[in-house]
Amino acid sequence: MYDTQVTERAVDSKKIKFQCRNVQVYYGSTHAIKDVNVDIEDKTVTAFIGPSGCGKSTFLRCLNRMNDTIDSCRVEGDINLDGKNIYDHDVDPVQLRAKVGMVFQKPNPFPKSIYDNVAYGPKIHGMARNKAELDEIVEKSLRRAALWDEVKDRLDTPGTGLSGGQQQRLCIARAVATAPEVLLMDEPCSALDPIATAQVEELIDELKQRYSVVIVTHSMQQAARVSQRTAFFHLGDLVEFDDTDTIFTNPHDPRTESYISGRIG
Amino acid sequence: MSVALLFGLVIVLACVGYLIGRYRAIASVGGDMRGLHSLPSFYGWHVFLFTTVPSLLFLALWLLAQPLVLERSLSEFFPSDRFDSPTERTLLLADVRRVAEGLDKAVDQGILTESRAVSLRTEFGSVRDRLAEAGVALGSDVTPEVLRAAQDYRKRSAAGAVIRTALTLLIAGAGFAFSIYATGPALRARSRVETVILVLLALASTVAILTTVGIVLSMLSESLRFFSMYPWQDFFFGLTWSPNFRGNSELGLLPLLWGTLYISLVAMIVAVPLGLFTAIYLAEYAGPRTRSVVKPMIEVIAGIPTVVFGLFALVTVGPFLRDAFAEPLGLGSSASSVMTAGIVIGILNIPFVSSLSDDIINAVPQAMRDGSYGLGATKSETVRQVLLPAALPGIVGAILLAGSRAIGETMIVTMGAGAAARLDLNPFEAMTTITVKIVSQLTGDTEFDSPETLVAFALGMTLFVITLGLNILALAIVRRYREQYE
Amino acid sequence: MTHAMHDSDGARPKGSMFVEDAHTRRRNRAEARFRLYGLAAVTISLVVLAVMLITIFSDGVSSFRQASVTFDVTLEEEALDPEETRERSDLMRVTTIGYGNLLGRQLNAYLERRGLTVEGVSDRDVAALISRDAPAQLRDMVLADPSLIGETISFKVLAQGRIDGYLKGRVTRDSALRDVNISPEQLELADLMREAGVLTVGFNWGFFTLPDASDQRPEAAGLGVALIGSAYMMLLVLVMCLPLGVAASIYLEEFAPRNRWTDLIEVNISNLAAVPSIVYGILGLAVFINFMALPLSSPLVGALVLTLMTLPTVIIATRAAIRAVPPSIRDAALGVGASKIQTVFHHVLPQAAPGILTGTILGLANALGETAPLLLIGMVAFVDNYPASPLEGGFLDPATALPVQVYGWASRADAAFIERSAGAIIVLLAFLFAMNIIAIILRRRFERRW
Repeated sequence: MYDTQVTERAVDSKKIKFQCRNVQVYYGSTHAIKDVNVDIEDKTVTAFIGPSGCGKSTFLRCLNRMNDTIDSCRVEGDINLDGKNIYDHDVDPVQLRAKVGMVFQKPNPFPKSIYDNVAYGPKIHGMARNKAELDEIVEKSLRRAALWDEVKDRLDTPGTGLSGGQQQRLCIARAVATAPEVLLMDEPCSALDPIATAQVEELIDELKQRYSVVIVTHSMQQAARVSQRTAFFHLGDLVEFDDTDTIFTNPHDPRTESYISGRIG
Repeated sequence: MSVALLFGLVIVLACVGYLIGRYRAIASVGGDMRGLHSLPSFYGWHVFLFTTVPSLLFLALWLLAQPLVLERSLSEFFPSDRFDSPTERTLLLADVRRVAEGLDKAVDQGILTESRAVSLRTEFGSVRDRLAEAGVALGSDVTPEVLRAAQDYRKRSAAGAVIRTALTLLIAGAGFAFSIYATGPALRARSRVETVILVLLALASTVAILTTVGIVLSMLSESLRFFSMYPWQDFFFGLTWSPNFRGNSELGLLPLLWGTLYISLVAMIVAVPLGLFTAIYLAEYAGPRTRSVVKPMIEVIAGIPTVVFGLFALVTVGPFLRDAFAEPLGLGSSASSVMTAGIVIGILNIPFVSSLSDDIINAVPQAMRDGSYGLGATKSETVRQVLLPAALPGIVGAILLAGSRAIGETMIVTMGAGAAARLDLNPFEAMTTITVKIVSQLTGDTEFDSPETLVAFALGMTLFVITLGLNILALAIVRRYREQYE
Repeated sequence: MTHAMHDSDGARPKGSMFVEDAHTRRRNRAEARFRLYGLAAVTISLVVLAVMLITIFSDGVSSFRQASVTFDVTLEEEALDPEETRERSDLMRVTTIGYGNLLGRQLNAYLERRGLTVEGVSDRDVAALISRDAPAQLRDMVLADPSLIGETISFKVLAQGRIDGYLKGRVTRDSALRDVNISPEQLELADLMREAGVLTVGFNWGFFTLPDASDQRPEAAGLGVALIGSAYMMLLVLVMCLPLGVAASIYLEEFAPRNRWTDLIEVNISNLAAVPSIVYGILGLAVFINFMALPLSSPLVGALVLTLMTLPTVIIATRAAIRAVPPSIRDAALGVGASKIQTVFHHVLPQAAPGILTGTILGLANALGETAPLLLIGMVAFVDNYPASPLEGGFLDPATALPVQVYGWASRADAAFIERSAGAIIVLLAFLFAMNIIAIILRRRFERRW
């Protein structure tokens, strides 16, 4: 299986990571996501935009089965990661989430040291054989999250003591540390100030060299700045999905245009 | 006039006052209520409060003071230097009160006329027999001295009652008259009434303080009396507990403290894992339906009186542990034991630990769980490595509170732990606790002048200090924990 | 070569999400184990609760049934009124011992007439089949109606505790061999009497009406005094606790300035809620009995102690209920010119009333089941006179309380008292259950969603 992946990867770096077909999501009796079809490419930043309550976060949370933790939530349709349906009964959501990492709206570092925050994932997944390897992973992840220089001298201080932007980058480092293939980001900058936002956006641009990044955002400017592909959701429907440039300059659907131009949302 | 009747009379007067005050207020403006400062009913309340509050306060003070005054007048009959020990005197004074009560009863039942009761002399036959007819049993026959003291006591308390009644009614009447006189359109009845109500509300809130003060003062004064008869070093560091009501007791705290702590330890070993895992299961694993059924059922345990657990320990758990473990293992043959009491207290504390932990685990923000699940952690990894460390201070607080409850628990240890004070490690041996000894030293007919009785207050003080310390510590920890997530 | 997303990370490559590697298997096993611990904890707790309730119910339910013996008694004049005057003072001279002898003779004669005899049972043994309470019962009957003397009446008396236990299965012929109070022959006679309908088992009304009885007469012990005592105390606790608790809560929630004094009160209340109940007993003994010279064992003192003990709980519940009333209601009332006190009494309190009532009922339930402090103020004393009605000063008469009676009976030697003790618990739990149901109904009924 690895071999095929590797071959594919070698052949086409823009191969499709997630292939979603006819996805429906229900919360109890509410139909939250209606018949969504999306293909998410590797090494690309895909942005989900849309007015609040349109289902973009719900859909994002389907991609690593975070919705499993909500009792009333039901997902139908196919979501294939590298050609395998992640909702098959033999898929272990725990292993899935190691491959599909997630960064949340509000920075949520654990009330532990910076080091332990980053090391948490590798530890539970048994990725390091010894302390030295773990140290290496922590350092690499913090560097990748552009945080290493700021915290290298205080790795054992609590992660909750960092500033908001640093906390969010810590959470990104924590997600990166489990060596995911896809990184889901649920409005990662909504709780941050403009400077921290810029830092995180810069980071996202870096991250796409290695990962497929899916970002949910409220801000159209942010979507335009960081993403290559954009999906516009409205009231649970996927209205339009195209190259970011196309969406912002030449949308096909009138609803997309209204949203882009600020008439709805 | 009895206190209840007096009370009723004041209330009736006040109700009449309410109606008159209201009527006068309306009449004073010729029926046009717009001319009044306040609503008519406030004028009524104004009279009501002026009639009741001062007179009833006076009555309450009188009732508190009267026994003290009477006691003092009795002492004139029996100067304390006539007695070898204060105990003897206390007993005699109790006799006097009993005889006086008996005379009252006899008069009530028509066995004696009032004048006979006053003039009764021991020379004319046995007072004891006469009182026995009235249903008052006396231990020994009445000496002339006691009878005279009792008659004097009756006279004084009767006089006291008359003065009490007169003064209370006088004060009530004065308040009544004054407030009715003051009623008029210009009277700011509402502000006055509201001020009084506010003061009453504030007074009510001080009951909590008064209770604490009462607890501390009563235990402190009696404990000090105890320490004046028994050296405190021997109490706090004594290794033997063998009270002896004829004197020469050894009243060492340590065996009791050891029993208390040992039993509490067993209780916590039972309660903490069961309670904590119950909370974790209900908070993180159980579906909403299971939770809605199981949670109330667990909480049923908390609503069952401890005496029920006591009977369970006595009848079921104790004999079971003895037959299944203690005897086969050769560890003793006692049904009451540290294990019996400890396990049952542990069961009692399960819902306490679990509902506190449940609150605390639920107070950990959902973002922590999301963060952990998002990294691919399993539920148990999330609970163990994220939730529990985050909730730890709160859980420690909950455990301390549960510990304090275990230490202060009385009925289960009284019925399940045994009465023998022992410094031993064998958990199947009967041991005793501070609370058991408080009960056993203070129940039955006891006089409050021997160290054997007073030691109970010193034990109570010790218990109060230990549990209060634990509670304050626990509440501080829990409060700080909650602030962290607010 | 293995797949490596990022260049050598030092990280062990992760497997596919479909194939469980050893590490994942281990983690999933740990997960299952952990879940099992939780489930086990819940199960153990519930099983223990069930075992406790079941043992107590199975021990206690038999106390609601009682064996009694019905036989014809001729009230012989020469034994009961030798001077033939029918004067009360003369009748009083015949003690219960005289009545006991009469009953023994009459029972022997009656059984002989019915042909119910067993070899080896002496007359004394026969007389011992009925309760030692019976003579007093007959004496009271005769004193109340002296015209009965000389008549033959059908008299129904309690059977002795062991016979009662035999019919309920607590006493067996084996245990009778080792028991000085009963012999297997007596039990055989009891079987005969049962068949003949002389010995019957019926509902035990006496359990709810009779006062406590001494060690030798477990069959005559009832909850009468305890029920009255508990009822008096609950009434007094309600009357004292509700106004005080509500007043204190109103002050603290609505009027108290935020200062050190208020903080002190708050800390005090939360600490008092956690003070061991026995400490309140010590307080009651020292203050109400020694200092204020109120009578021992009286419901008034019990109620005072329980009030102080319950007050913190009631205050905490009441404050929560008051706090749950939205500020908008207060603003609305103040906005139309109501004073602060009017706002509280006209708007906040009525809205908070269901919550306050619920809290108070639960507080009362707590107080009803509380035992330890009552032991210290003498309520464990043996009381076999009913307290008078409240108007006649009954709050100051000696009484016991339900939970104290449970404890009192549990510490007696005879196993028959354990049955009574468990029976008293059933009664106690029934009351608590009813109170909780009322609280739940109140909460459901008036639950408001703001």
